Amino acid sequence: MSHPFAATLEVGSSLVNRTGSWRTERPVYVSRMPPCNHACPAGEEVQLWLYHAESGDYQAAWKTLVKRNPFPATMGRICYHPCESQCNRGQLDQSVNIHAVERFLGDEAIRRNWQFERTASPTGKHILVVGAGPCGLSAAYQLSRLGHDVTVHEAGPLAGGMMQFGIPKYRLPREILNAEIARIEAGGVNILLNENVDDLADVVASSRFNAVFLATGAQIAKRAWIPAGDASRIVDALQFLRESGIGEPPSLGRRVIIIGGGNTAMDAARTARRLGATDALIVYRRTREKMPAHEQELQEALEEGIKVKWLSTIKAAEGQSITVEKMRLNSAGFPEPTGEFETIEADSVVLALGQDTDLDFLRNVKGLEFEDGLVKMDGNMMTGYPGIFAGGDVVPSERTATVAIGHGRKAALCMDAYLRNAAPEPESTLELASFDRLNTWYYSDAPKTVQSVLDTVRRQTTFAEVIAGLDESNALFEARRCLSCGNCFACDNCYGVCPDNAVIKSKNGQGYRFNYDFCKGCGLCAAECPCGAIRMEPEEI
Amino acid sequence: MRKQIEGSRAVAETVALCRPQVICAYPITPQTHIVEALGEMAGSRNLQPCEFINVESEFAALSVAIGASAAGARAYTATASQGLLYMAEAVYNASGLGLPIVMTIGNRAIGAPINIWNDHSDSMALRDAGWIQLYAETNQEAADQHIQAFRLAEELSCPVMVCMDGFILTHAYEPVDIPVQQQVDDWLPAFDPRQVLDPAEPISIGAMVGPEAFLEVRYLAHHKQVRALERIPQLSEDFRKSFGRDSGGLLRSYRVENAETIVVALGSVNGTIQEVVDEMRVHGHSIGSLSITCFRPFPREALRAALAGARRVVVIEKSLAVGSGGILSADVQMALAGRGTRLYTVIAGLGGRAVTRTSLQRCFEQAIADRLELLTFLDLDTRLIIRHLERERLRRRSGPVAENLLHDIDLIAAQIG
Amino acid sequence: MASQPIKFFQTGTFTIGNRLLPEAARSIQSDPLRANSLNCGHRACQGCGEALGARYAIDAAIRAAQGKLIVANATGCLEVFSTPYPESSWQIPWMHSLFGNAAAVATGIAAAMKVKGRTDVRVVAQGGDGGTADIGLACLSGMFERADDVLFICYDNEAYMNTGVQRSSATPPAARTATTPATGGQRGARFGQGKNLPLIAMAHHISYVATASVGDLRDLEAKVEKAIGMGGARYIHVHVPCPLGWGSAPHDTIKVARAAMESGLFPIMEAEHGEVIGRRLIRKKLPVEEYLKLQKRFAHLFSPVRDAAAIAAIQAIADGNIRKFGLMEEHQQ
Repeated sequence: MSHPFAATLEVGSSLVNRTGSWRTERPVYVSRMPPCNHACPAGEEVQLWLYHAESGDYQAAWKTLVKRNPFPATMGRICYHPCESQCNRGQLDQSVNIHAVERFLGDEAIRRNWQFERTASPTGKHILVVGAGPCGLSAAYQLSRLGHDVTVHEAGPLAGGMMQFGIPKYRLPREILNAEIARIEAGGVNILLNENVDDLADVVASSRFNAVFLATGAQIAKRAWIPAGDASRIVDALQFLRESGIGEPPSLGRRVIIIGGGNTAMDAARTARRLGATDALIVYRRTREKMPAHEQELQEALEEGIKVKWLSTIKAAEGQSITVEKMRLNSAGFPEPTGEFETIEADSVVLALGQDTDLDFLRNVKGLEFEDGLVKMDGNMMTGYPGIFAGGDVVPSERTATVAIGHGRKAALCMDAYLRNAAPEPESTLELASFDRLNTWYYSDAPKTVQSVLDTVRRQTTFAEVIAGLDESNALFEARRCLSCGNCFACDNCYGVCPDNAVIKSKNGQGYRFNYDFCKGCGLCAAECPCGAIRMEPEEI
Repeated sequence: MRKQIEGSRAVAETVALCRPQVICAYPITPQTHIVEALGEMAGSRNLQPCEFINVESEFAALSVAIGASAAGARAYTATASQGLLYMAEAVYNASGLGLPIVMTIGNRAIGAPINIWNDHSDSMALRDAGWIQLYAETNQEAADQHIQAFRLAEELSCPVMVCMDGFILTHAYEPVDIPVQQQVDDWLPAFDPRQVLDPAEPISIGAMVGPEAFLEVRYLAHHKQVRALERIPQLSEDFRKSFGRDSGGLLRSYRVENAETIVVALGSVNGTIQEVVDEMRVHGHSIGSLSITCFRPFPREALRAALAGARRVVVIEKSLAVGSGGILSADVQMALAGRGTRLYTVIAGLGGRAVTRTSLQRCFEQAIADRLELLTFLDLDTRLIIRHLERERLRRRSGPVAENLLHDIDLIAAQIG
Repeated sequence: MASQPIKFFQTGTFTIGNRLLPEAARSIQSDPLRANSLNCGHRACQGCGEALGARYAIDAAIRAAQGKLIVANATGCLEVFSTPYPESSWQIPWMHSLFGNAAAVATGIAAAMKVKGRTDVRVVAQGGDGGTADIGLACLSGMFERADDVLFICYDNEAYMNTGVQRSSATPPAARTATTPATGGQRGARFGQGKNLPLIAMAHHISYVATASVGDLRDLEAKVEKAIGMGGARYIHVHVPCPLGWGSAPHDTIKVARAAMESGLFPIMEAEHGEVIGRRLIRKKLPVEEYLKLQKRFAHLFSPVRDAAAIAAIQAIADGNIRKFGLMEEHQQ
């Protein structure tokens, strides 16, 4: 059939008209740094593992998670989740309950006995990790994944460091921690307990190891000079928590004063409460706003009946009482004495003033440098002695388990690079996926799922876990609250809103690409991308 | 079957025999009886399957036909006068898209002043719209031309107007031979559209065409009509063989042998002209006449040949190109280009004014004597005109022409009475 | 109305697609094999709401009609940018006749399908607000009252865009167009003029009338699919921002459409046989200013001095819509 000339046309023939030439800006798919990832000291790719969890593929989520952190069940409980305070959803309704999903995944992995897969082939390199705390185990795990032969020397009777001896059980049941440590061992890491390294120089001289990672932590409690009578009972918090943890708590009496304002002070006060102290009083020299303890820890402590005496410092302990001096903040925000004193009845005093390192075993290693009782290292976490790296509490840093895990991983990557004689992978320089990059219209309204909390009476008397986990449906709900900031989550908006059909969606439903032959550069895709994963870039004309 | 029948009814019954699938109806005098009759037939089982649609205007009537035709249905409508102008845009569109719609025009004058009576102003206004225009001399021819029109339209993918004089034909009862269904079915094949809206083979109809191809589109439309000039006589001959009647064709001559004077006209007035020719032949005048049955495409060569022996041509026009003169005359003039033939244009019968034999004969005699004005208005009441022009000269604002003239007619009648 | 998610799916049905939804619950536009009835290479402006709305609607109609669809198109932007010789962007049987006759042409097509026994083929007519509310209204009204088997889709961009942004009867009050300039005493289109075509359509008691917007794809698709499945005359009025005519940024087309819905200025509802049977509730109510400020055609309301009276009058229109159609929870019975 011959159609009438010109007035009748073949369908779809406009493909010869390449409207891409109109463009002055081109859309480009980008990955931006989600604030949660950015905030995570352990370097977790939170948004990515949530992406898998959203679809209910919890094993994939867990596998993604443990690429960065081998302790999801543990950290889902004890991490103070800076990810959540940075979560963009917080500006929409409430932040995603990331730690609860992490904990769910960790618990699920334990329940289902998911194990690590060893992916890299053996390198034949031997590495010594000194210390089986979060930092040492994180490094050992990562190095083992990279194919290295790793031995951990732990001076104590159990692996886990502060997670084992410092964190109270009501926050971290030990079977959870031990299951995750066991999985690391099963993955090929050799942990030797009660194996004290007296002099690292001997180890170095033996040439048994190609590299060494120092992660001995800081276990020596700081002491304050307190004039004290013979009858006064003064213990340090770390010792108290350790003994309580192994079931041999010291007797503190009913009235316990805890000196300090960090998380250890909170742990000590709450543990004392559970051990029978009717009056647990925290004495802190500054204000609530200045307190280093995590707000949630303080809140939970207050709920459990613990009192806090702000702007006070201990001056003396004498028999069944202590003397405190009231403080005030000066213009610079530092506390200064007022000369006003007060006497408080107390059966015992727990000092939670921080910890120091014990680095005596490094004394004979040449080239190592120290500063303020800490090991000096370069940007790649290597000390002054080539091949010896350090991380966690022995180096200058914030002392949390999460930071320690991050150190362990970074050190592992640096050591691996060192052993390969290569430069370590540079850290991500992705642009931050800030809230203003998002188009939040598209997200369903959904408030945060609140984890159920143990009844207060039980909290005051037992070491049962205070905060319960999410069940599967809650965890799924919570994962799906993720905005997927800065990273495509396959919502098809770009594909759908393009007036020029210039977005090609792959037939298997995975991934998109722009058809620049026809894209006119209107920018609708970028504007309507919920998560800010499209950037408009000026076209070179 | 031959029967005494109103022209409109004859056309309606013949159209029905052509099995139109979609008929769009909108009333306008003097075409109304056609669609009324078709509506009646569509309502009964006589005309099935057929969608008979009462539309809200002539513009819609042709637009519905356009859609139906593009979707592969044989589509028909009818109109007249104001209605044709109201659908003018769609008239051009149908031909531009090459849609073989057949439309009857019950020729009628165009207002203002509003006038329901016959002349050719309506179809002449759209003579260049790309449609084939056939003019019927009799009701028999009108009926027959519809059968030919469907075949022609569909063969060429070009719409066809069949023009029949309002009242004079549409409302006249004459004997008309209405064929039987089988005859028409044998002669008129089912519609096989050149292009069709079909989900199985999608096309885009109705593109915007710019300067780069518009001239070519128009040339091809012209070329299609030139081809029709060959096809129309063939179809007429073919029709004669099947139906036993001469109908349609490009033109029909009457007593033109050795005629020095030939009168040319469109439509039913040819009947009157032929009577005058007979009368004048009796009196020894060398006169004949020629009825143009196909005005678009204009049969220039056929006409030139038919007028070869004439010394003078008188064109009787039922329309007026105001400010210029004859419309048909201009085309006849072109056909006679290079010959010394004298051409008289006579504007006659506007708005239903009777074209009498007496007036025509007087007019032809003047022509033969070469005393006729080159542009003549048959039976123009010059007294009225003079009176009005005089009034206008005296007073710049002299009021509506029509009212004044009617007033004058009364005055004159009173004076006569 | 778009279906309400029972389970929580991150973005639910707000986004075009959602990998978390079961296949059957996903939108037509998210299908990698969607029809793309309006192909690449068309000449619509950057960010054209009409091009987007037309693909949304016709793709949905194709699916609902199982591919058996014929479309008649009025003259206008959509026609001009899609079929300039020698290229057509349409991938369906499509026809353009005139500016004012799309409804009648569709009637003819539907009649042809009926007479040929092709009841499987569905017919859509489409045009802009000029071709629908103004020059095309007579044919549209005729199609309606005869209950012809046609779905007419109006893409309303509130002025004659193809000819250079002149006022139509769908131009809202205060909007600046080439024929309602923002100069002199009358600044922009007059208040108290214009017509509401969905209500006019409803007055014909046709089987289905709905409003929709490119700001809510799911709703639009659901309505087109529903309408295709019904018989008789049906009408869908789709709000499609025009970056050129409205003076909005090309990338804001959907944002503007959304603001029209969320302010109440463009109520989203559906009606059967002349009665409203559903409405889309406002999700996050916006003051009309949030809509107006995105568009230069309303710039004179804010600069050089703020025209508080005009803004209040427009707000009153939005509030009236909210009351009349029950667009917020508290208005629900």
